[in-house]
Amino acid sequence: MAQWRSILRVIIKALVLFALCNGIFVMMYPAEWIGNFSLYGMLYPYRLRLPYGENPAQSYNISATNLPALFASHEIRRKKSDNEFRVVLIGDSNTWGWLLDNDETLSAQLNTLDILVDSQDAEFYNLGYPIMSLTKDLLILDGAMHYQPDMIIWLVSLASFPPEQQFEPPLVQDNWHRLYDLNDVIFLERYADAEERFASTLWERTIIGQRRSLADLLRLQSYGVAWTATSIDQTIPEIIQPRQSDFDNDLSWANYSEPVTLSTDDLAFDVLARGIERTDDIPVIIINEPMFISDGQNSDVRYNSFYPRWAYDQYRTLLSQVAEDNGWQVYDLWDTIDPNEFTDSPVHLSANGTHDFAQIIQDEIFDIGE
Amino acid sequence: MLIIPPQWRQWSLFLASIILIFSLQPNIFVRWMDFILPMLTLGLTVMSWAITHDTEYRISRQDILAGLLIIGAMVLLAMLRYIDADWRWFIPSRPPPTLLVLMLIFIFGFLAVTLPRLSSSLSIFLLVMIGIFLVLKTDFLAETVSAWWRNGTGQDVSQASSLDLNWLGFSYVAFRLIHTIRDRQSGILPTLSLRDYISYVLFFPSFIAGPIDRAERFIGDFKNLTETIQFSERYQRGLTRIAIGIGKKFVIADTLAQGMALNPQNAMQIDSAFGAWLLLYGYALRLYFDFSGYSDIAIGIGILFGIDLPENFANPYMKTSITKFWQSWHITLSNWVRFYVFSPLSRYLLKRKPKPSPILIVLITQLATMIVIGLWHGVTVNFLIWGIWHGIGLWVHKQWTDRTRKFYRDFKQKPQQQMIADVIAWGITFHFVVLGWVWFALPDLDSALRMFASLFGLS
Repeated sequence: MAQWRSILRVIIKALVLFALCNGIFVMMYPAEWIGNFSLYGMLYPYRLRLPYGENPAQSYNISATNLPALFASHEIRRKKSDNEFRVVLIGDSNTWGWLLDNDETLSAQLNTLDILVDSQDAEFYNLGYPIMSLTKDLLILDGAMHYQPDMIIWLVSLASFPPEQQFEPPLVQDNWHRLYDLNDVIFLERYADAEERFASTLWERTIIGQRRSLADLLRLQSYGVAWTATSIDQTIPEIIQPRQSDFDNDLSWANYSEPVTLSTDDLAFDVLARGIERTDDIPVIIINEPMFISDGQNSDVRYNSFYPRWAYDQYRTLLSQVAEDNGWQVYDLWDTIDPNEFTDSPVHLSANGTHDFAQIIQDEIFDIGE
Repeated sequence: MLIIPPQWRQWSLFLASIILIFSLQPNIFVRWMDFILPMLTLGLTVMSWAITHDTEYRISRQDILAGLLIIGAMVLLAMLRYIDADWRWFIPSRPPPTLLVLMLIFIFGFLAVTLPRLSSSLSIFLLVMIGIFLVLKTDFLAETVSAWWRNGTGQDVSQASSLDLNWLGFSYVAFRLIHTIRDRQSGILPTLSLRDYISYVLFFPSFIAGPIDRAERFIGDFKNLTETIQFSERYQRGLTRIAIGIGKKFVIADTLAQGMALNPQNAMQIDSAFGAWLLLYGYALRLYFDFSGYSDIAIGIGILFGIDLPENFANPYMKTSITKFWQSWHITLSNWVRFYVFSPLSRYLLKRKPKPSPILIVLITQLATMIVIGLWHGVTVNFLIWGIWHGIGLWVHKQWTDRTRKFYRDFKQKPQQQMIADVIAWGITFHFVVLGWVWFALPDLDSALRMFASLFGLS
């Protein structure tokens, strides 16, 4: 009997201790604070693009959603030198460099051009994230503001604009509260239900509820060793299935099954506006990124598998109109790259295509700065 | 064990061990293999018992009961073939036809009865065990057996792979069987009943990966199970040990496995010497925490069941010589090889006329011992080199200590110099072991040489 009492005491003590630890964790909620601690920059070299990887064992990279941890692993955290003109690139997988090595991404190609801005060395930082959502971009832009950017280049495409997919990415859902912090008020009325939808329950804030996220933090650090040893952060297949060139006679886009007249309310221009507001006096350059323009079957209906012509044409008109109304600097570079330089999707560029794109950015944007 | 009356504890452990070798066996995609291999384990163990007991030993009623329980357990498990899959979750797949199981039981029984009558049964059995070892550890032979099995059971032969022959626990079972055979040949094996012998060889906590206990030590604990045991103290000790083991294995080792440890894939992608060292250190730590964590769990479960399994690790990476390292890394395997390879070979060489030089005797015995350990992991060039690496390391260390003993003796009065010497010795030992893991971790010579080049910035 004494034996059982002893075992019972141990079990009760363990449970109480565990509950206490969870209680303290819920009250302090240190997940984001923990995210700031990183071996990157100390033991490991910084990552050159934000961590993202669906197959960690192969790519030595992981899709964590703890935003401070993502920044803590990235080279943007490096101390800014006196002669540095820090340019942050924000965008989707095109900017992140899908199917490209780190030395082939847009930021890397821009860095090789040795661009000077007001006699300062322009250093380009890849803060792209391979998911299409302007709200995701806004979160990253907000995070980037802590690292003294001198210029933001925000690369956008129509696929990032549908309002209904703004909160789709797990990165946004797990950081929705940051959007509220941007202005101390609900920043986007149309997403006012975000709190209801995504606020964590008490249970989700416990160690048990956060176990996946905490494990991801640990894995982000552990995969740093393989990253250090191999410089690999993405699995690039030997054979890449090329983007589609022939299409069905399909007019649908987003939630629309047939052409409609789009207004600015139908696209998330308000997110773009809030992003530009967030940067205060720092210049923001918006680039409508290049896309594949097909001349295959039904190319009179669709530019590519992402966009029917009716939607994309209206989007370009609206973007130009909103930019003019608000005085935004927008460069519409949608058709500047040879269609042969697109790889597996209408927005993914080859290394050559990215090189051409970097050259165009230099000519269009930085020419006057030199 | 707490709730089992003392008189039933030995039988409970015996039965649990028999059933668990079927339960723990992983699923194999070769028809009936995952049932027949555990049957073979049991069959070989019974045959080994039959040939190792004393010639004057009389089969007792307890042995007959144990034999009937073994047959009964196998038949009952085989009968699970006829029930719904949801109800046979504790065996890996559908068992083979009952007639086949009965035939195999008959063959095992027949061999167990007839083998002891052969004068050289011990040697024959020893060769059979070594033969099975060779088949399992040689990719080509294992694949051939798999193809043969697949052909015999009407499966696609082209799918045959050496990985098919995933015979759970065989290596450790074989160590125990060979130990009893060799001890019988030397006349030092205690008399064991069938129940005790089976319980020793198949004791489930150490069945998969050791530690490798010795029969006479295990039996001491096993016999004490009928006595009053302070289980509350055992629960405290055992659960603590299990918790430590779980922490080592599932927290530390499994974290290290995620991008922090060398493997054949990342070895081919390395482009930084610093990163290569990080991966190699990660691998060394992972290997230690994985294996020692597993040993802790096995020892902890053993404690809960009243059996104190021998220790397997004693801070091996903190040792200041390669000899001390091998006295503290996988201790039970090192001891086993010392008993059954190193000592007999040394004795043989010492008795030879003309007697080889002592330096040569040490070199041959150290090399042979470590090569056996290397090849036990797999018959590959890399494991062979790993064995030679450690054999030479042990030999060099022996020559060094023989010649510098007096020099180091003076250090005892000079603690500061002693400390510096210890730190240097630790650094050399640790890095010798860690670099040796390159051969161990990588599958072929090319990738190992490439790794060495990466480590020293030559790639």
